[in-house]
Amino acid sequence: MMIVEQLITSFIASAAFGIIFNAPKSSLIKCGLVGMLGWIIYIIMTIQSYDPILATLVAAVIVAVTSQIFAKVYKTPIIIFSVAGVIPLVPGGLAYDAMRNFVENDYNTAINLAAKALMISGSIAMGLVVSEVINQIIRNAKLSPKN
Amino acid sequence: MNNNKLLTYDIMEVCLLAGSIMLRSGAETYRVEDTMMRIAESFGVKESHSYVTPTGIIFSIEGSEPTKTKLIRITDRTTDLYKVTRVNSISRKISSGELTLEKAYHLLKELETANLTFSIKIQVLAAALASGCFLIMFQGDWVDFLPAFIAGGAGLWSVIYIHRLVPIKFFSEFLASLIIGLLSFIFVKTGIGQELDKIIIGAVMPLVPGLLLTNAVRDLMAGHLVSGLSKGAEAFLTAFAIGSGIAVVVSFL
Repeated sequence: MMIVEQLITSFIASAAFGIIFNAPKSSLIKCGLVGMLGWIIYIIMTIQSYDPILATLVAAVIVAVTSQIFAKVYKTPIIIFSVAGVIPLVPGGLAYDAMRNFVENDYNTAINLAAKALMISGSIAMGLVVSEVINQIIRNAKLSPKN
Repeated sequence: MNNNKLLTYDIMEVCLLAGSIMLRSGAETYRVEDTMMRIAESFGVKESHSYVTPTGIIFSIEGSEPTKTKLIRITDRTTDLYKVTRVNSISRKISSGELTLEKAYHLLKELETANLTFSIKIQVLAAALASGCFLIMFQGDWVDFLPAFIAGGAGLWSVIYIHRLVPIKFFSEFLASLIIGLLSFIFVKTGIGQELDKIIIGAVMPLVPGLLLTNAVRDLMAGHLVSGLSKGAEAFLTAFAIGSGIAVVVSFL
């Protein structure tokens, strides 16, 4: 039940982000799909009590790879899909908690949380990089026989 | 000879037009450079150089005559992925030889002034929906859906409108998150909402600089250090503005 709820809400949220960024109308559903895929991987991994940083990394890699595939197939810039997919993974909650603790002068907890939020942001970036590397390798493999 | 010279200027005009539309609409820097050089190449320019930063484009074409270079300044940047897609497909058509120079110029000129964004009403509605959904995604209760829905919509609406009054990005984002915080606080005080933290987190999500962050990472990895760092700084500033707006509300609790 809870998974179904998560599937639906993450789909709507990612597609809505497509609207905010003014993505082409035909790609809104694909934006939703990419976002849903990433979020569901993240949620399932955290339920299985994997570390959220690892879960974010895996989800970000999958989001980025799916976006690459969509971008190739539909001949559109990749950012349309990857942005919508990455947004749910942004550690908004952690950043909020960190900020709240800063305001309440509890610097120890705040620094802890901020470091964690930073790590998660870093793993989103890593995920995007990994997929870019895969893309480059495929592209080079395709080009090399011609030379 | 003279004719040839004029042609080079025309090619340059088309390249710069395509580049400036893309940069204004929030494309990655390396995509802008790549598109401009590809267009130049398919019109028969053997060597061209482009240097793009988030605030300006320098483009030069080399040929038998002295090198021509032009600079344009970009002041306003919005997010309009549809225009990026359109320029991308126009440049594909140019590469495959489907479009002449003149036709491409007219198409791009049309695109430059066209207003293709969703209406503000729909954007605000989308932001509201996204906020409500994020609340559920962050394990919030369905009771808080409506408060997050309203606060999130109000947040995006105020960013758009305050930005028109005072065109300072930092300030409009700060004020918008302040409004979100206050609205959420009122909802919780009046008993309509329950968990203040979750409502605020959900409602703030549409303001998160997601596009800037992903672009910053992609630019850094493509070796565009200047653009990557400056976009990263812009994203950090936005995050800071949102954080401080919420912090003002939280510190009064």
